[in-house]
Amino acid sequence: MKKRDEPAASGGLTRRELLGSSAALLVGAAAPGAAQALTFQGTPEWKPLANVAVEPVDESAGWQFFTEEEAATVEAIVERLIPADDLSISGKEAGCAIFIDRQLAGAYGGFERLYMHGPFQDGTPEQGDQSPLTPGQRYRIGLAALDDHCRREHDARFAELEADRRDQILSQLEQEQIQLDDIDSQLFFELVLTNTMEGFFADPLYGGNRDMVSWKMLGFPGARYDYRDYIERHNEDLEFTPVSIGGRSDWQAQG
Amino acid sequence: MATKLPLTDAVVVGLGWAGAIIANELVDAGLKVVGIERGPWRDTAKDFNIASVTDELRYAQRQELMLRTAQNTITMRNTPSQTALPMRKWGSFHPGNGTGGAGNHWAGITFRFQPEEFRLRSHLEERYGADAIPDELSLQDWGTDWDEMEPFYDAFEKVAGTSGRAGQLKSGQQPGGNPFEGARSSDYPTPPLKQPYSPTLFADTAREMGYSPFPVPSSLVSEAYTNPLGVTMGPCTFCGFCTNYGCANYSKASAITTVLPALIRKENFEARTHCEVLEVTTDSDGRRATGIIYVDSAGRRWEQPAEIVVVAAFTFENVRLMLTSNIGQAYDPATRQGTTGRNYAYQTANNVQLFFDDKNFNPFIGAGAVGMGIDDFNNDNFDHAGLGFFGGGSTRVTPIGAAPINARPTPPGTPRWGSNWKRATVDNYKSTMSIGCEASNYSSPNNYLSLDPTYRDRLGRPLLRITFDFTQNDLRMAQYVTDKTAEIARRMNPRQIVANPRTGPWDGRPYQSSHVVGGFVMGADPSNSSVNKHLQVWGVPNLFVVGASAFPQNPGYNPTGTVGALAFKAAYGIVNRYLRNPGEMMS
Ligand SMILES: Cc1cc2nc3c(=O)[nH]c(=O)nc-3n(C[C@H](O)[C@H](O)[C@H](O)COP(=O)(O)OP(=O)(O)OC[C@H]3O[C@@H](n4cnc5c(N)ncnc54)[C@H](O)[C@@H]3O)c2cc1C
Ligand code: SF4
Repeated sequence: MKKRDEPAASGGLTRRELLGSSAALLVGAAAPGAAQALTFQGTPEWKPLANVAVEPVDESAGWQFFTEEEAATVEAIVERLIPADDLSISGKEAGCAIFIDRQLAGAYGGFERLYMHGPFQDGTPEQGDQSPLTPGQRYRIGLAALDDHCRREHDARFAELEADRRDQILSQLEQEQIQLDDIDSQLFFELVLTNTMEGFFADPLYGGNRDMVSWKMLGFPGARYDYRDYIERHNEDLEFTPVSIGGRSDWQAQG
Repeated sequence: MATKLPLTDAVVVGLGWAGAIIANELVDAGLKVVGIERGPWRDTAKDFNIASVTDELRYAQRQELMLRTAQNTITMRNTPSQTALPMRKWGSFHPGNGTGGAGNHWAGITFRFQPEEFRLRSHLEERYGADAIPDELSLQDWGTDWDEMEPFYDAFEKVAGTSGRAGQLKSGQQPGGNPFEGARSSDYPTPPLKQPYSPTLFADTAREMGYSPFPVPSSLVSEAYTNPLGVTMGPCTFCGFCTNYGCANYSKASAITTVLPALIRKENFEARTHCEVLEVTTDSDGRRATGIIYVDSAGRRWEQPAEIVVVAAFTFENVRLMLTSNIGQAYDPATRQGTTGRNYAYQTANNVQLFFDDKNFNPFIGAGAVGMGIDDFNNDNFDHAGLGFFGGGSTRVTPIGAAPINARPTPPGTPRWGSNWKRATVDNYKSTMSIGCEASNYSSPNNYLSLDPTYRDRLGRPLLRITFDFTQNDLRMAQYVTDKTAEIARRMNPRQIVANPRTGPWDGRPYQSSHVVGGFVMGADPSNSSVNKHLQVWGVPNLFVVGASAFPQNPGYNPTGTVGALAFKAAYGIVNRYLRNPGEMMS
């Protein structure tokens, strides 16, 4: 982008009038709502990497969205959706609850990028999710309703129940054999399952795939970018050690 | 009130593939061109970096490169009697935003349509009889032909650096290419990509069965390539973060890697980003476009007058802009009158999964468009007499990568969580492949686009409403081609096969393809088409609407080779005919 103070190419108006504010000179603001109309002409200039960075989740920062009680329930769920076994640590140990917490605290939690205008009405299954509730609301209502259900039926909060009992309740939610108060149980369950899997399999940057545990389990090499030397090595175990956007812990250990 | 800007020679709405190509051709012809784009300016160096582009959560799950539905979406229903509801999160398709458009996050498969396609109705009537086409289908000819299209396909492939192997050159058939393609004036600009294991296994089996496998034509370049605009691309590295992602290697052709770097440096071109066009303005009798109105990110409205208006805003927005600007007559399925919104069609996506015990496909090695395909069951390449349907599909294995939030195939019946889920996920991750069959979708009188009566965008403008379902023709076709694909799968001898023919009703939730076509179709007859073969709007000769919106129906191929060719064709018409003699080019 050629920075020009002379009138815009279309004449008459100055660049500033056309664009409205000098803030428009900042190229590529990534935050929603910060986008500015810009006029480009000539050799583009850019701030390298202007739009590439994602802030890694600070795992030690405490819960950002959940209350302590909600967090305990979510941990008790993700620990059963992804249990610890000979293949991997549990979803709780991998950080899936932290992942969900940070996602809900950000743009995703309010569905800020999505069309959320009414009228909200139920349609056919093929018409997809028509709930007016944002993910944040779905968790807030769903977690409370789940605990209510458990107190009524089992005299305890979900997080206090034995693993087998928790599995049974999760199955019942999945199969819509339990109706939660104030929220469709399937809507709630599917969101939690989706987010748990997102966290477990996403880049560790987001807090839910501690030390690339799921990638090691699958043999997914992660953030590599060049397989030209490997593409024709057919039916061979290539034995890649995964690497994440943030590198690898053994690299950091070597300082 | 919109503030009026000074007149320009041409304004181009949308800077994806189609808009960038046309803008560049018009600038080269000496016109002063303003390009208007609703999304941001995107550059590889600024937006896509090797260190961070491999982010499945950000790009595939949170859909970072796609248009945000908060800005604009569609409503959908299967039949005219239902109430359409908004698609709140993109599912079935993934529209783009920003310079490069959907071309930034496309897969890159770059087919040419076959010669018969451009006269499909005539061709089928000649081969199967005047009454052979069922009433359910509103198939029609394109008003152009192969000889007119071929040079523009060639031009597009040369800009994109498309890799592949010719099957038919004008000089004769070539070994190893697609024997069903139309005769080409030249071979692909870059040689075929190297092949991973699963396409190789598929091609070997298909060859044994007497079919003709060929490398899928791909606008992911296989070697360093400098295109005719002087822009250089680098070889694809099969990173496997391709479809739904931007390319950090300058390997995937898009307007931002092939056209805009040259175009933006040309003096007569100016791009305005984060500016959304709201309307094409016309003079009092509607016979001439006077320009466009757009809104910038601060909410101010501007009027950009222009001698020539080109709308290249992707199928959905092309049609919505024509409807909101009252260009042409809106289609009414009850009377079948009107052409704006008519003949909307999609793609019929089928696949067969193969679960093996003894194979390691290293599925993370992949690219949006690396693979092997056959066309033996596509379009009219096989005899349809007595089959009860027309059309077919492109059968192919194209491993796109296997980032694991999405790529975790397990056999049906596997639990979705818990230890047994985890075991099955690990067991099948590397040893599963799938054969896709991207099949045709034939237009039908009840499938159309219109303005939604209820739902509005953030500016209060009606959303575009899709009324669509698969026809009986297409469902029968889907079953047939999936059966044929499953036969090949069985010969490959996996432990288990799962065949997934497309079934109705059309479901807006799972991704199928972004190949939405029609609604402002081209043809030779203004009573059933909106633009002539030069993409010039009937009755408004200085207005051109370009993109897959011009396809009267969709063959069993991906659209963009043809979108690019039509963009070159429209530009050629403007430069070589319209400018010399402004007016209707068909009269
Ligand atoms: C995930 C995915 C995979 C795909 N894979 C393939 C493939 O393998 N092969 C193939 O052939 N095709 C593929 N496609 C389709 C391909 O991307 C499109 O055919 C192609 O991008 C169309 O080009 P276009 O210029 O018509 O539209 P676009 O690329 O969408 O460009 C239109 C531009 O117009 C802008 N715009 C829209 N409305 C307005 C407005 N009101 N004001 C201002 N600007 C506006 C948009 O922001 C956009 O930048 C794929 C698409 C997707 C999403
Ligand atoms: S697979 Fe190739 S073309 Fe696609 S993003 Fe990776 S390097 Fe680019």
